[in-house]
Amino acid sequence: MHSSLLSLLTWLPILGGVAVLLVGDARASVARWLALAVALAALAASVPLYLGFDASSAALQFVERMPWIPSLRSDYYLGIDGISLPLILLTTLSTVLVVIAGWTVIEKRPAQYFAAFLIMEGLMIGVFSAADALLFYVFWEAMLIPMFLIIGIWGGARRIYATIKFFLYTFLGSVFMLVALVYMYLKTGDYSLAALYRLPLSLTEQVLIFLAFFAAFAVKVPMVPVHTWLPDAHVEAPTGGSVILAAIMLKMGGYGFLRFSLPITPDAAHALDWLVIGLSLVAVVYIGLIALVQQDMKKLIAYSSIAHMGFVTLGCFVGYEIAAATGGYGGATLALSGAMVQMISHGLVSGALFLCVGVLYDRLHTRDIGAYGGVINTMPVFGAFMVLFAMANAGLPGTSGFVGEFLVILASFKANFWFAFLAAMTLILGAAYTLWLVKRVVFGAVANDGVASLKDLNGREFLVLGVLAVAVLALGVYPKPLTDVMEPTLRHVVQLMSVSKL
Amino acid sequence: MMQNVLLTIALAPLAAAIIAGLGGRWIGRVGAHSVTILGVAVSFVLSAWVLKGQLLDGAPAFEGAVYTWLVSDGIRMQVGFLVDHLTALMMVVVTFVSLMVHVYTIGYMHDDDGYTRFFAYISLFTFAMLMLVMSNNFLQLFFGWEAVGLVSYLLIGFWYTRPSAIFANLKAFLVNRVGDFGFLLGIAGIVHFTGSLDYGRAFHLAPQIAQQSFTLFEGQSWNAMSVICICLFIGAMGKSAQVPLHVWLPDSMEGPTPISALIHAATMVTAGIFMVARMSPLFELSQTALSFVLVIGATTALFMGFLGIVNNDIKRVVAYSTLSQLGYMTVALGASAYGAGIFHLMTHAFFKALLFLGAGSVIIAMHHEQDMRRMGGLRKYLPVTYWTTLLGALALIGFPGFSGFFSKDALIEAVAESRVPGHAYAAFCVTAGVFITALYTFRMIFMTFHGEERMDAHTREHLHESPWVVTLPLVLLAIPSVVVGWFTVGPVLFHGYFDGAIVVRPEHDVLGEIGREYTTPLAFTAHAFTSLPLYLAAAGVALAWLLYLRRPDLPARLRTALAPVYRVLDNKYWFDWVNENVIAAGSRAVGRLFWRVGDEFLIDGALVNGSARTVGWLAAVTRHVQSGYLYHYAFAMIIGLSALLAWLLWRT
Repeated sequence: MHSSLLSLLTWLPILGGVAVLLVGDARASVARWLALAVALAALAASVPLYLGFDASSAALQFVERMPWIPSLRSDYYLGIDGISLPLILLTTLSTVLVVIAGWTVIEKRPAQYFAAFLIMEGLMIGVFSAADALLFYVFWEAMLIPMFLIIGIWGGARRIYATIKFFLYTFLGSVFMLVALVYMYLKTGDYSLAALYRLPLSLTEQVLIFLAFFAAFAVKVPMVPVHTWLPDAHVEAPTGGSVILAAIMLKMGGYGFLRFSLPITPDAAHALDWLVIGLSLVAVVYIGLIALVQQDMKKLIAYSSIAHMGFVTLGCFVGYEIAAATGGYGGATLALSGAMVQMISHGLVSGALFLCVGVLYDRLHTRDIGAYGGVINTMPVFGAFMVLFAMANAGLPGTSGFVGEFLVILASFKANFWFAFLAAMTLILGAAYTLWLVKRVVFGAVANDGVASLKDLNGREFLVLGVLAVAVLALGVYPKPLTDVMEPTLRHVVQLMSVSKL
Repeated sequence: MMQNVLLTIALAPLAAAIIAGLGGRWIGRVGAHSVTILGVAVSFVLSAWVLKGQLLDGAPAFEGAVYTWLVSDGIRMQVGFLVDHLTALMMVVVTFVSLMVHVYTIGYMHDDDGYTRFFAYISLFTFAMLMLVMSNNFLQLFFGWEAVGLVSYLLIGFWYTRPSAIFANLKAFLVNRVGDFGFLLGIAGIVHFTGSLDYGRAFHLAPQIAQQSFTLFEGQSWNAMSVICICLFIGAMGKSAQVPLHVWLPDSMEGPTPISALIHAATMVTAGIFMVARMSPLFELSQTALSFVLVIGATTALFMGFLGIVNNDIKRVVAYSTLSQLGYMTVALGASAYGAGIFHLMTHAFFKALLFLGAGSVIIAMHHEQDMRRMGGLRKYLPVTYWTTLLGALALIGFPGFSGFFSKDALIEAVAESRVPGHAYAAFCVTAGVFITALYTFRMIFMTFHGEERMDAHTREHLHESPWVVTLPLVLLAIPSVVVGWFTVGPVLFHGYFDGAIVVRPEHDVLGEIGREYTTPLAFTAHAFTSLPLYLAAAGVALAWLLYLRRPDLPARLRTALAPVYRVLDNKYWFDWVNENVIAAGSRAVGRLFWRVGDEFLIDGALVNGSARTVGWLAAVTRHVQSGYLYHYAFAMIIGLSALLAWLLWRT
């Protein structure tokens, strides 16, 4: 199937972003409308991607391939499968919402702000659709630049510290990945992912390559103990930055595990699964407890993100332990399904929660939980949304937040009762930190004059939160359309991860 | 056809809830209560029709899928219905009580700003509860399970400006989550061993599961069925408020009274009982689990009853009574008398909803005063409330011929027949509990309706009976509270009503044992006069009369004489204290420690910023080498050159 849809999805936002930049901050209104038009066009372009996708196949679809750097035998090679598609849809949707959410809030250099998000959208779609490792790496690193600027320019008081920390952390991880890619290229002479999947590697090579990838992906997820950039980045980032960071950028890590680590280094992944699983469970419990004591709303949600992403990494690697316990990989696909659904759901839910915090911050200019109380008295509609998203964050059935955690816990039980036990702690901890936040911020009597002066959601905010609410409920009540798209691809990943390369 | 009927039963309250919840602003108060009452009434009528079909016309049980929720790894997760005798009975109980509560709410919430929101919530609750009982699989069961918990959370915190209410609802949700944590693990165990979430498959494969062993700790093997059943039962302990997860239920009284009746007495809290009865094919295969259930239930039945004696808040007394009665139901489950548990669930739903609504009527009359020490003598001001509440109280203490009598007596006899480990303790607890029940129940009746009028003059002047929307449900609930036992004890308990829905192994069949001697309700009643519980109940009423009517000075003196006991009871065995000061505070302290030491000091302080500082320090040191003085560089070159030469010469 030949199509230029993926190129369109990648380059339309990037070129659109450049156009917005050219319009300039002086004509802010034109820039805003242009940005919205570009974001909507990208969203519209992703619809045929979904409709035209053959959900029965694990093969790459919408493939585009042409020589890119012939001397390195690296191609401009795009294509998507069931893992990429949902993440691309999440990206195009999130960008539209972020543009709308930042509409009048951003007063400083608005055109540059919107341009940064559009360019980042294109780069992120590039990451999800690249089928050539070098191309992937270029998108991967390029993506850092707009986010670096977004936090550094439109961020809060400690934005410089936060953005440099963010950049160094993630960049340091990625460099190791580049080394691993170059090493494998020297053996195959080819950067295509398919070639890397086929490449035979000794266990020592695999372990080293695995660890190199791990450095890159673990930072992105982020996993304990390389997670401390995230709370700082979130706290300082503007609302839109937080949303994209939580909704899409964190997913790069999980995507990398599925796309690179498991298929390329299956034996190393098998040998080191205890490390990943252990860190994932630590994330659920240790981070859950830390989230409990946060006083800054954004920091609390950031820590909550880390705990939720623990389910993604647990789901990715628990398959090996299932095989060890039961002698087969039955349940491994379930775990991967859970990991993927968790990624999508987390994108919607924590994105929505950051938007909720943004709504409050725009009004009272503080994220301190103690500065609020009884918000529902003056903002009943907002309160309803906040409670809904909090419940989704606590994994209530009927919301998307439940689906991924449920599947991962079911699968983990097959591997080891205690994995499921520790993972299921999120039922208690997640509810505790999220609903305690709701209790202190939303419920109660009006706490102070600031809260008394609050105005409920305007139409723009209502639209953004409303779209996310519908998505969260739809996925919770009927997740089948999503999992059906992914199932063949995930089965294929299980097959790749289960066959030894030795 | 049947599927559409069942869908209508479940979805009518949901549709009503959505209309009232999202459109409340437009349809107004009358619109909101009309649409929700209509929705629930439709459900009730259809549920009654379904029950009639199964009971009288011999319609078969219905099982069918509605839609596929998700398919992954060969596991098909569906939403679907299983409606057999057990479910049909639950549906009628749930929708009937819900309907009564809807009507009652018109009067009780009359002056409340959140009127439409309240109706939306209770309709939503009815939907969730119906989904729970009608499910044919564990997924939907868990959906309903958590959804009723959500609505309970919203309703306990209904008056969200009250600090006590939003404390109570958070507490309720979290304690329930502890239960759900176990429940989810149990479900994961089912999926692990059967590869499916369907009840049918789990029950079919149950014997194989019971053959499997399961290593929890190195070198310790557990029976897989025991692990699964205990995990599932932990879920029931949360929802049905069994010790030690009972702590949320008394606090849940912060919510408006109608929901205390509907959710925290008649329906939601019985979900755990229903679930265990539904899972009887699994529990029957684990003696360990049954024993666990029995002991927990017995403990709850007796020790929560004690707390009812020392409390002065009319709603909390009824709440402790609910805890104790839930313990009774649980004991029945542990003794494999599932039918008796469900039967008591049904009679309890009527008379306890009645008692709560009666208490609510008193509270309306008293202008939201709940302290019984400021009541007394209300009998003559609230005649309808008094008589209906009295009937409910008699049903609760097991007055011969009343509904509670049949269910409780059958239950006590069943426990006496049981040979599950712990049965002697359980038999003692449920028998002694009868005395306690009578004591606290009539203490409440006497303190509220009889004796000296202790309210202030202003309140007394305004005392009058509640409007008909309040008293009508009282009367309609009083009727089944009195008569339902007489008419149903035979068919439901002893004539195989639950055959097929509930499975009991022959050696556990305590109800069958009792059933052999059963002839008529009259004979059953007559038999009670020869056994202990009846006299214990009478003694309890007599003691309450002595202490609270005849010699009202005695309770205070007893309190002084028995100060240590009173302290234990007054502090509710210190469960709350431990939860708040050890578990909750401990978690926060650990969280703070992890944050400050782990994240901030070790990772950020030492590693991240530490490495940055090290680089900075290194640069600062090496900077001095670049001094810019030529003679420094020349000197360094000479030193370096001579060192190099020396090394080369030494090598050769």
